[in-house]
Amino acid sequence: MAENQHDWAAIAKNPKFVELHRRKTSFLYGLWAFSAGSYFLLLLGAGYTPSVFSIEVLGNINIGYLFALAQFVITFFIAIYYGRVADRDFDRLTKELVDQLQ
Amino acid sequence: MKKIVSSFLVTMFLGAVAFAAEPVKPTTAASPVQATATTAPAAAATQAAATQAPAAAKSAAAPAKIKTNKAITLTMFGLIIAITLGVVVWAARKTKTAADFYTAGGGISGMQNGWAITGDVVSAASFLGMSGLISLYGIDGFLYSTGPILGFVTILLLMAEPLRNAGKYTMGDILCFRASEKPVRAAAAISTVAVSTFYLLAQMVGAGKLMQLLLDIPYKASVIGVGTLLIIYVVFGGMKATTWVQIIKAVLLLSAAILISLLVALKAGLNPLRLFSDVVTNQNIQDHVRMNVLKDPLPVAGFDYGKRFLQPGLFLKNPLDQISLGLAWVLGAAGLPHIMMRFFTVPNAKEARKSIKISVFLMGTFFILTTLLGFGAAIHISPQKIAAMDKGGNMATLLLAQYLGGGEGTIGGDMFLAFVCAVAFATILAVVSGLVLAASAAIAHDIYVNIIRGGKAEQKEQVMVARITSLVVGAAAIIMGLAAEKENIVALVALAFAVAASGNFPVIILSLFWKRFNTAGIVSGIVVGTVTAIGLVLVSPNMTYPKKIAADAKKIVDTMEKKQAGGAVLSEKDQASLQKARGDYEKNKNGTSLMGLDKPLFPLKNPGIISVPLGFLAAVLGCLAFRDRRAEEMFDEIYVRQNTGIGIAKAVDH
Repeated sequence: MAENQHDWAAIAKNPKFVELHRRKTSFLYGLWAFSAGSYFLLLLGAGYTPSVFSIEVLGNINIGYLFALAQFVITFFIAIYYGRVADRDFDRLTKELVDQLQ
Repeated sequence: MKKIVSSFLVTMFLGAVAFAAEPVKPTTAASPVQATATTAPAAAATQAAATQAPAAAKSAAAPAKIKTNKAITLTMFGLIIAITLGVVVWAARKTKTAADFYTAGGGISGMQNGWAITGDVVSAASFLGMSGLISLYGIDGFLYSTGPILGFVTILLLMAEPLRNAGKYTMGDILCFRASEKPVRAAAAISTVAVSTFYLLAQMVGAGKLMQLLLDIPYKASVIGVGTLLIIYVVFGGMKATTWVQIIKAVLLLSAAILISLLVALKAGLNPLRLFSDVVTNQNIQDHVRMNVLKDPLPVAGFDYGKRFLQPGLFLKNPLDQISLGLAWVLGAAGLPHIMMRFFTVPNAKEARKSIKISVFLMGTFFILTTLLGFGAAIHISPQKIAAMDKGGNMATLLLAQYLGGGEGTIGGDMFLAFVCAVAFATILAVVSGLVLAASAAIAHDIYVNIIRGGKAEQKEQVMVARITSLVVGAAAIIMGLAAEKENIVALVALAFAVAASGNFPVIILSLFWKRFNTAGIVSGIVVGTVTAIGLVLVSPNMTYPKKIAADAKKIVDTMEKKQAGGAVLSEKDQASLQKARGDYEKNKNGTSLMGLDKPLFPLKNPGIISVPLGFLAAVLGCLAFRDRRAEEMFDEIYVRQNTGIGIAKAVDH
């Protein structure tokens, strides 16, 4: 078994890993909470304040439609933003950690 | 082994042909039977009262139907079958080990997997159903379509990479990493099979009905045909064939959606504002909202029924139910075993991330385009015509394609309609294959190889067991599909997502991120989450309550009788509905639901808002009740592995 060669507890205490973990946790949960929050706001708005959602902004396009559309835009934004940060920071930190262990 | 499978398949094919050949009479006979059942009272009334409206009676008697050109449509279906079978032949030669069978050897690229995930997730229900909802209920259909994409944010941020790094073939592999293998694998396998079965059953019944509606192929023959194809894909081609079937389907799906949307946009002069004003000023839509949705017999002065179509609340009426469903969307997608399995097909976490990123864009584009499909259908076809063909609006996109191609009976219309039918067909095949593969993996890998054989099985034996299991699961899907023809399938998809969100999601997330989590927590979390979700759906308004039907029928009987007592002569239509209501009342007045209930015990259709917190609570309490030092000590290992991928690369290479 190859994995037994690693001292997992030691890696977990490695400063590089600690930094990776700290950056990842706040970043990922923050983005997730933002996206889930906006989605439940959409559901709450549609359910309890339909009059606000009915206000027309552009011609006959109303706030409700734009808000729903915004969910997709937010999702696209998260996918791009997370992809960038992960490619740039998380992958680099992981690689440095793996290199250090070898 | 291969001989057994092929001879079985030949029998199945023959069976399907026999089925297809035999019920031709019953079905052609069946529709007149239905028609006579509805015409009988009307005809009697016609004779008794007057002979003035035979035309109306006739049009009411023959249900509206979409006219497909069978030659063109069947050619396109044949083409899809031929291409996908070609893929299977190619994939079968490359499938030698268990890893090949379950995960295509981890050799799928992020780009390919992104398309495959899209093909796995967007079912016929989303392709035909969401645009249908928009065409009948306006913006509420679009609000509905935001749910699935949000589930992928959860997958992208919290699940995909850790799962790729910590997992192998199934959900059981991830969960038993630092817990006792046998109970955890058993619990994981049972919930995987439960979720996949609910989902699969919904797809099989949907497939049967769709084929019946589109091509007049008898229900039984369609279910057997689809089932046989999926068995061939999965048994011979494993994950590799399934992946490519899903990729082909996703490409077809997006091309169809883009093409139709483009034509709709051109009709609106490429001006989004005009598309919306076309909706608001459309007389058919206004009448539909007023009479069929809001049921105002006379227009309320000053009320804009066209604008109402673009405002929320026509379809999604109970906000609490929507939030409950939203919870299932956001967390459930991440707990669906057939989606989870797709992350194991890519070589590393980076590719897993890339695949979710791509699938989010593809699915997002598709769901945004459903606005154009739905509004286009509402403007150009009219909600009345769509609802007349199918109450759920499932024919909206198909009718729109026919119209945009040049209309009924034209070559262009026939071709375009046939193309969209073929896309729907490919969609069904792709989704069911993924589901059967996931269920088979849980049974063959978790239960047989790891629990019964204690993990000591040769590669050859593992692959053979996997193939036999998929054959059995596929056959079971056919049998259940045949038995469930009359069942209410809407509840099944809600159930699959609810079980995934309440039974699977809490234990996976806690396994990956909570140090103290252990065997007892996993088992209690899965059991409580799954049982609560299923239990609540069984006593929810999703089920059929005969007493409710009887009460509604009684209401109609009472109003009609009051009318008659007042001296009014009932019209033919009223006579017919009075007769029907009386029959419905008699049939249902003493009935109870499947659970022996008179009315729902739980007021919501979606159990998530109760079952998800309960799933989490049970997982946490179960874990705290039985402390497991080994699981805590091993947390460092799984945590480092899931974040870095250390120790994984070697497992993938072989």
